[in-house]
Amino acid sequence: MSRQPLFARRRFLLGGTALGAGVVLSACTSNDAAQEAPRNVSVGAGDNAEPGPEVTIGFSAPAADHGWMAAMTAYARSQAEAFEDVTFTATEGTNDSSQQIAQIETLINDGVDVLVILPHDGAQLTAVGQQAMDAGIPVVNVDRVFDSPLAYRCWIGGDNYRMGVNAGDYIAEQMREQGKDDPVIAEVAGIDSLPLTQERSQGFADALARHGFEVSHRVAAEFTVESGERQTSNLLQSASSLDALWNHDDDQGIGVLAAIENAGRDEFIMVGGAGSLDMMDRIESGESVVKATVLYSPSMCASAISLARLLGQAKGLGDMAEHEIPASITTYSAVVTSDNVAEYRDVGFAS
Amino acid sequence: MTDKKPGSVLGAGSAEDRSPNETAGSPSSAGGTGGDGRSAPQPTAPAATKGGGLRLDVRLTGLFAVLVLLCVVGYLTRPDAFLTEGNLSTILRLAAAIGVVSVGMTFVITTAGIDLSVGSMVALASVWMTTVATQSYGVGVMVLCALLVGLGAGLVNGILIAYGRVVPFIATLAMMVAARGLAERISGRQTQVIRDTAFLDFFRGSFLGVPVLVWMFLLVFAAGWVLLNRTTFGRRTFAVGGNPEAARLAGINVKRHVALVYGLAGLCCGIAAIMVAARTTSGASTNGLYYELDAIAAVVIGGTLLTGGRGSLLGTLIGVLIFTVLSNIFTLNNLETDIQNIAKGVIIVVAVLLQYRTMNHPRTT
Repeated sequence: MSRQPLFARRRFLLGGTALGAGVVLSACTSNDAAQEAPRNVSVGAGDNAEPGPEVTIGFSAPAADHGWMAAMTAYARSQAEAFEDVTFTATEGTNDSSQQIAQIETLINDGVDVLVILPHDGAQLTAVGQQAMDAGIPVVNVDRVFDSPLAYRCWIGGDNYRMGVNAGDYIAEQMREQGKDDPVIAEVAGIDSLPLTQERSQGFADALARHGFEVSHRVAAEFTVESGERQTSNLLQSASSLDALWNHDDDQGIGVLAAIENAGRDEFIMVGGAGSLDMMDRIESGESVVKATVLYSPSMCASAISLARLLGQAKGLGDMAEHEIPASITTYSAVVTSDNVAEYRDVGFAS
Repeated sequence: MTDKKPGSVLGAGSAEDRSPNETAGSPSSAGGTGGDGRSAPQPTAPAATKGGGLRLDVRLTGLFAVLVLLCVVGYLTRPDAFLTEGNLSTILRLAAAIGVVSVGMTFVITTAGIDLSVGSMVALASVWMTTVATQSYGVGVMVLCALLVGLGAGLVNGILIAYGRVVPFIATLAMMVAARGLAERISGRQTQVIRDTAFLDFFRGSFLGVPVLVWMFLLVFAAGWVLLNRTTFGRRTFAVGGNPEAARLAGINVKRHVALVYGLAGLCCGIAAIMVAARTTSGASTNGLYYELDAIAAVVIGGTLLTGGRGSLLGTLIGVLIFTVLSNIFTLNNLETDIQNIAKGVIIVVAVLLQYRTMNHPRTT
């Protein structure tokens, strides 16, 4: 009995502390560092810029679970907003193929004029792409390609093989300039089981082989910051001295750089991949080991919206002789260096 | 030394361990009547306890042998790189975060529970502590934030399991999904780079030539070992895991204890989040991916019973080191990740089989 008030007080104090901690913590979830919208939207040129018939574009993409994918969705949205004749209907991003199929079926039933689909898995979504095409809705397939050309009207995507090639060529050129005939070259790849990683690595190896070089140390991370740091930490222990390193992905690049800084290494040049703003900042500063990054720009999603609008309005591309939108467009994996980084900042994305 | 059999809970275990001593000792002290007859067992009594100690060591020795074997392989394949100071410190640094998580996991599994949410709690705490708002308060609040978020999420697990009677597998599965979802929500799925130089300077620095992260790991491990093996809290953990009903009848507040153990696991995740954030200089919702699997694997090959009642932190430590050294050796030899995963699987099976053999042999003999 006599201990009752004591307990009550203890509980009150404990509860008060917990509540206070909760209030303080919830104040800590704010993340208001300005997230700029992508700037590289094009409003079209010549006649194509003129407002035409209203077009409703349905958009479906995987969950925006990393910087690059988030930028893809953001680009699509801001490009659609740039056109006054476009109505944009986007579904919630999902990494579940069956759910994405259901979402696209809903868009078909809603009677959108054109579909822009970035499939989570190209093979699994081929059937629904074809279903839309059969229903008379043109499909713009972005990046991850469907199994059958019957499932899309136009495909636009990046070039993983050429990403590797351009990274390899740039590194080879730098090595030649530094007069290194037998450089030690390392590679931090992404998830090894993905075809895109295999294509990037193949392109890199092929380009280096053309110059008589080869990759002597290779690790595969998982496109996450943490795996990038872990794999690179081990990699740097394996190679006591490096001349060049290519990292496939700028999202994991933050971890790769953390490992490099922690090991206190700066005897080599590093080339990134995809083209994040963070890497572009480092390239511009000139003080980092990062000297270049090879683009795989999410701005392709902005272009996909433009293409979808033109398809909806039955227009072709201004500078081409053909009356129709091409069936396939591959974006170029440009190499961004300190010389041209200013021009490319508009396609950089926040990782 | 950290061994408690399911039947040996509630201090009965220590009595059992000491029983050869006491049974041999008390009759001899009881009287000089049968002094001659009783003197014979006396010398064997210490031998018996020694045997008990050896049996324990043998179990860990098998595991330790695997680790040594790996190190020998590492040294033979890369004599120039493996035993260097830089490489050893890299191995320990990479083992630190998963090691701290595994300390918490050892407590949970010793109570016959499981925590699938550790990786997600690491992600949530690392994201929460690196938001723009948290970073604006400086390093102290960042650290406190990670600890509180980890502890809070862990206590939610514990309360659901202990008082809500949700099966640990399901409760922590729910937390695994929800915590990562919340981490994605808060971060907007962006990587939050740490700008606070005081945080980076301290946690990425070294003390006496050893990385701060490794010191943290050693401290957490030592504290965990004392807590599990030298305190009432540890005794209760074994008791609750061995036989919760007996523990309850013995006067232990089983529900509260279970809730606290999950809270402890969450706190470990908060500490690990600080370590991961320091390593990667950032907080991201992808941090701590698959930590639950790595931690469970390390704890289980370390000799902690999934059915509860027995847990070895030393075994867990060796288990964590085995996996970290394995990845290191594979990278040093430029081998591909698929082979590494196969080797990981084989090591789990071999280590567990080795334990059963070394465990059973002395018992049958």
